[in-house]
Amino acid sequence: MSQGDWVKVCGLEDIPVLGARVLKHDGADVAVFRTAVDRVFAIEDRCPHRGGPLSQGIVAGDRVTCPLHGWQIELGSGQACSPDEGCARRYEVKLEGDIVFVAL
Amino acid sequence: MRKMKLVMVGNGMAGCRALEELLKHAPDLYEITVFGAEPHGNYNRILLSPVLAGEMTLPEIMLNDLDWYRDHGITLHAGKRVVAIDRHRRLVRSEDGIEVGYDRLLLATGSNPFILPVPGKDLPGVITYRDIADTEAMIEAAGMHRHAVVIGGGLLGLEAANGLKLRGMEVTVVHLMDWLMERQLDRNAADMLKASLEERGLRFLLQKQTAELVRGDSGRVCAVRFVDGETIPADLVVMAAGIRPNIDLARAAGLHCDRGIVVNDTMQTFDPRIYAVGECVQHRGVAYGLVAPLFEQARVCANHLAQFGIGRYVGSVISTKLKVTGIDLFSAGEFMGGEGTEEILLSDRQGGVYKKLVLKGDRLVGAVLYGDTVDGSWYFQLMRDTQNIGDLRDHLMFGQSFVSSHLGDAGHKGQTQAASMPDTAEVCGCNGVCKGTIVKAIKEKGLFTLDEVRKHTKASSSCGSCTGLVEQILASTVGGAYQPADSKNKAVCGCTDLSHDEVRRAIRERKLLSIPSVYAALAWRSPNGCATCRPAINYYLISTWPHEAEDDPQSRFINERAHANIQKDGTFSVVPRMWGGLTTPSDLRRIAEVAEKYRVPTVKVTGGQRLDLLGVRKEDLPSIWRDLGMPSGHAYGKSLRTVKTCVGDEHCRFGTQSSMQMGVTLERMLFGMWSPHKVKLAVSGCPRNCAEAGIKDVGVIGVDSGWEIYVAGNGGIKTEVAQFLCKVATREDVLEVTGAFLQLYREEAHYLDRTVHWVHRVGMEHVKKQIVDDAAQRKALYERLLYALQNYRDPWEERAQGQAAHEFIPIRVESHAVAGE
Ligand code: SRM
Ligand SMILES: Cc1cc2nc3c(=O)[nH]c(=O)nc-3n(C[C@H](O)[C@H](O)[C@H](O)COP(=O)(O)OP(=O)(O)OC[C@H]3O[C@@H](n4cnc5c(N)ncnc54)[C@H](O)[C@@H]3O)c2cc1C
Ligand code: SF4
Ligand code: FES
Repeated sequence: MSQGDWVKVCGLEDIPVLGARVLKHDGADVAVFRTAVDRVFAIEDRCPHRGGPLSQGIVAGDRVTCPLHGWQIELGSGQACSPDEGCARRYEVKLEGDIVFVAL
Repeated sequence: MRKMKLVMVGNGMAGCRALEELLKHAPDLYEITVFGAEPHGNYNRILLSPVLAGEMTLPEIMLNDLDWYRDHGITLHAGKRVVAIDRHRRLVRSEDGIEVGYDRLLLATGSNPFILPVPGKDLPGVITYRDIADTEAMIEAAGMHRHAVVIGGGLLGLEAANGLKLRGMEVTVVHLMDWLMERQLDRNAADMLKASLEERGLRFLLQKQTAELVRGDSGRVCAVRFVDGETIPADLVVMAAGIRPNIDLARAAGLHCDRGIVVNDTMQTFDPRIYAVGECVQHRGVAYGLVAPLFEQARVCANHLAQFGIGRYVGSVISTKLKVTGIDLFSAGEFMGGEGTEEILLSDRQGGVYKKLVLKGDRLVGAVLYGDTVDGSWYFQLMRDTQNIGDLRDHLMFGQSFVSSHLGDAGHKGQTQAASMPDTAEVCGCNGVCKGTIVKAIKEKGLFTLDEVRKHTKASSSCGSCTGLVEQILASTVGGAYQPADSKNKAVCGCTDLSHDEVRRAIRERKLLSIPSVYAALAWRSPNGCATCRPAINYYLISTWPHEAEDDPQSRFINERAHANIQKDGTFSVVPRMWGGLTTPSDLRRIAEVAEKYRVPTVKVTGGQRLDLLGVRKEDLPSIWRDLGMPSGHAYGKSLRTVKTCVGDEHCRFGTQSSMQMGVTLERMLFGMWSPHKVKLAVSGCPRNCAEAGIKDVGVIGVDSGWEIYVAGNGGIKTEVAQFLCKVATREDVLEVTGAFLQLYREEAHYLDRTVHWVHRVGMEHVKKQIVDDAAQRKALYERLLYALQNYRDPWEERAQGQAAHEFIPIRVESHAVAGE
């Protein structure tokens, strides 16, 4: 995982519960997720399978299901759930009050 | 808090499955101790046959190796037999004196091979066929001796004989009855089986009763003598004459036993602290000897051990397969027929195919298939669902693909016989998976169900048209251990044990109005469900309680959230509605302008009579919709898609009715209708049927005197011809019948059923009764549909005006804005 600079991204309420927003940064897309219990995660918006946009998937618990072929990705680690194998790059996230920061 | 203590006696397939399920639900509830008489972890006993045949090795068939027990904190006493249960002090004692106390005890002691009580039964060289030690003894004997005699011509005996033959022995199978596998096969099928095994070099002696096993000079068995005086040489005798539930321990502890340990529907014995699963139990009078029902028992038992207290085991219907490579054989139910039954037969000895279907009234109650078993799963499903087959009867024998379409599934060249396919043949055309890959995964990963095969190999996980083939491969690899799922009562997903129908009923009866309330009321296992159940529940809510239930966008697949179809590269497509396939110069002009303005890479005429703008960036969607000013075509939704029309009597010289006008009226009526799956209609102006109404969910065909209505057709994965529903006279009738049919579908089908799947399940009779015969019911359904569709607003227009803007607008961060903090 990379440790970049903290960037202020948006307010917590800008991300739908059990949903995501796409963060565009220098051409790279990062998916920023919010779970039912207001945990926020950020991973590269590319499925390790064939590059599907994970931000568009259905979020349940701490996982997202890729919209293209249904792989499940662990939001905390970016790892694909067994038996699938692969990993999406993960970014550090922090919440200050209701403001979301991502380390880019 | 002190953990409760769970002790399991018997480290076999059923018991370990129960532990696995328990650990899934409640990993920390118990401190677990396991006693197993065999010095191994848990292995896949049914694969002992391929091991004997030299097709697999022992390490390959381990299901839970010693590391598994360690990783889950389970204390395993391998190679230690339990000899006593002290129910008062609540502890068990092993042969070598280890005592362990329990709060809950699980007995899974399996069964013992039945040993014929004949002189010589204890001689060296006489063995049974049950475990690794037996298999090793057989392999060793095959390397040193020549003559093998297998006593018992059932499943186990034949697999043993086949394996010994492949290891080079001369094998004779001795059977007491008139024909082989008499508990699974009728005489015809058994004769064909015998002939093909004889071709492989096996010998059979039927109606032979063993009198004695004769001792040779070396002290080892040397011959088998029969009651009629005949004697044949034997250096190895395998007793495969049946099994008996292993109940000694339970009986000695005073638990109520009959043939097996008697359990109730929650898998508890007479002593409620003591559970039992597997071949050792007797449930509602039945003791099972195949793993599929034992796994069901294990699941229920685990649920209760985990203190969830839901789930009952109510018994299983089972089917049989023989695992002799290259022989296709299937049997289930009351295959012998008898009083009150009728038989449909197909017998082609030369071609090596024999099929018998046994019917009782309008139900299929039994089947034997030899040589071609492709429809085994389907017949089994019909039996299990006790489906009324009155409509199918004439074609039943010709199989599922014939009944549904006279055409095969698309995507694997109509291939239907798995056994004859080479390992390199492609089974799943969507994911490029070949037969060898599937067989390998089943064996090496220890897979038993279709779902597991889907997860591990991806075969059958996309369009599903190869499901029948994959089921066959699974069945021939794991034998009767594979039982097709019960389609009627299948759980919605892993988050619950409840079926689609049970969930729907609860939503209706308890008036549940949101997903969280459903999950809470029905004790869902995961707090936000999963990507399988959430869209289903969301649909059930909005279809049951229109205008009242909450429609949750986050529980809809991206297409229905963004109101466009996602593409492989993450862009979207835009398909504006063209009512009935009709357009105007000004609409075409607007589409052209939008395509140019937004540099849409591809413009295509679809198979549904309209235009598709492909490759659109998500951010551009709302403005494209605004510029188009045309309503959504819902080309992305589980909803009304298209109503195809032909030109009809407005222009065509053959036309009898105004099909364009009818199509447009239907499409406008149904605009915005959400449904279990997509819905497509077509209207043709005469029986030449240029709009292809015969493969639509609802197809309307104009005739001189009115309209014929056909339903439940499908032109997709499996081509299905629509069935005639009724003929009506007026335009209003067409609208009412169509609306009522679709409303019934909306209310009864499981999520992701197309109309054809639902009608197959409930039967066309049921549909006709509600829609054609019962005018009041038809009207009520139609009105419920119209009520649900009231005040529907075009989603594109709403979004063009700014609704759900966050869905479409990315957050941009420039790198220079990042520096420092
Ligand atoms: C655009 C179109 C192909 C075309 O260029 O003609 C199309 C495109 C897709 N079809 Fe189709 N189907 C299209 C007409 C059809 C037809 C023909 C028809 O409608 O007359 C059929 C067979 C008729 C039928 O459905 O009974 C058809 C049977 C399928 C199926 C199989 C459905 C089944 O029950 O067997 C799927 C898979 C599914 O829905 O699960 C599918 C799924 C798809 C999806 C949505 C795949 C997906 O989930 O992403 C495709 C989107 C491609 C994309 O990247 O945008 N498409 N698809 C057609 C749109 C018609 C329209 O105007 O709305
Ligand atoms: C060669 C062969 C082929 C088969 N093929 C198929 C097939 O194709 N399809 C199918 O569905 N089924 C098949 N079966 C049957 C299937 O293997 C059994 O139904 C299944 O294994 C039963 O599971 P179980 O847990 O009840 O018993 P088992 O798997 O037999 O486990 C019971 C375990 O308990 C141990 N045990 C018993 N008493 C004690 C005690 N007092 N203390 C400690 N341990 C004890 C035993 O040693 C044994 O290891 C086959 C069986 C054999 C032998
Ligand atoms: S458009 Fe339809 S047929 Fe063509 S590739 Fe996609 S799903 Fe398959
Ligand atoms: S691209 Fe994500 S599952 Fe295929």
